[in-house]
Amino acid sequence: MTEKTKDILFKPVVENNPIALQILGICSALAVTSQLSVALVMCLALTVVTAFSNFFVSLVRNYIPGNIRIIVQMTIIASLVIVVDQVLKAVAYDVSKQLSVFVGLIITNCIVMGRAEAYAMKNPPVASFLDGIGNGLGYSVILIVLAVIRELFGSGSLLGIQILPVVSTGGWYVPNGLLLLPPSAFFLIGGFIWVLRTFKKDQVEAADFDMAPNTRAEVA
Amino acid sequence: MAEYLSLFIRSVFIENMALSFFLGMCTLLAISKKIEAAIGLGIAVVAVLAITVPVNNLLYTYLLSEGALSWTGIESMKTVDLSFLGLLSYIGVIAAIVQILEMVLDRYMPALYNTLGVFLPLITVNCAILGASLFMVERDYEFGESVVYGIGAGIGWALAIVALAGIREKLKYSDMPHGLRGLGGAFMIVGLMSLGFMSFGGMNL
Repeated sequence: MTEKTKDILFKPVVENNPIALQILGICSALAVTSQLSVALVMCLALTVVTAFSNFFVSLVRNYIPGNIRIIVQMTIIASLVIVVDQVLKAVAYDVSKQLSVFVGLIITNCIVMGRAEAYAMKNPPVASFLDGIGNGLGYSVILIVLAVIRELFGSGSLLGIQILPVVSTGGWYVPNGLLLLPPSAFFLIGGFIWVLRTFKKDQVEAADFDMAPNTRAEVA
Repeated sequence: MAEYLSLFIRSVFIENMALSFFLGMCTLLAISKKIEAAIGLGIAVVAVLAITVPVNNLLYTYLLSEGALSWTGIESMKTVDLSFLGLLSYIGVIAAIVQILEMVLDRYMPALYNTLGVFLPLITVNCAILGASLFMVERDYEFGESVVYGIGAGIGWALAIVALAGIREKLKYSDMPHGLRGLGGAFMIVGLMSLGFMSFGGMNL
């Protein structure tokens, strides 16, 4: 593996993460992370779709007229998602029922569209394919971290296997029910961004107003 | 009538697109810094949903679902099941309708076009729009229900973005931790709002 391929593949995972830094594709990150197994399937589906849509868009990039490129990209992505959806229904029917509409919503996931537009339109097929896998991995890392936290502390298990024995079955761990509720994903991602921006100061958004420093009571 | 009303209330509050299913999050977080912009986008979403969901419903019932082509009278058409083409057709319909809406508004209502103009293209890739069509198919709504559901889902989403913009506009005067400023804080607020909306969940209609 040359230096460049490594760069394309792993840069989106840590340095330029699609969810945490580019803020793309958060809808599904929130909705499918209450169980690790569901999240894993979603990651796999998204990575496959991103990689192949990048590949195909890049193959035809020199033949697409500029003003209809969005529709062409949409068609390619939608066809790939249909394939993934049909495969999931055939191979893992239970999981596909749990994911319900979210597999279909990969079409409107900004990561897929964003990478096709920003990278695949300008680069050769193989590099685009790797870029798609890299961004899919970046997405997967966040999803898996969220799902592990939510499933482990929300129901004391991972992939359905009991890790922390919960009180209801005679163990010691009292599950945190909040983590199973959908809003907890917001708090986790919000906290995640907070931690990230504490270390990467250049990411902090500029304030609308400058706050005066607090005045001590005795001075006032 | 009563069932339509309960479906409406359910789609606005209990099954709120943004706060219970997290659809359209990207736009919800990006365009909620100013109330005026949020209202404009909200109205555009209501308009597009009110049209696309019923149209997709017709498309599904008369073209795509199993046995839907039997109205053609051709014997071999009666067993055709095209539902796997659903995703592709819905997104095509949505993109086309957004484009038509843009042109019609530009021609006949320039004032409204100027307000909504910039938001309309954004709506094609808003997952709340495609999500509503997919939910409509998954839950087998008939035509009347799909109209009510489309409008209700749109109003619910608009409500969420306007409320979020209101809160964020007030919040810019407060001294937040630097890392939470902007996006991080917005996530926390949406989380709290969604927690609040969960209290509608126990409602029995």
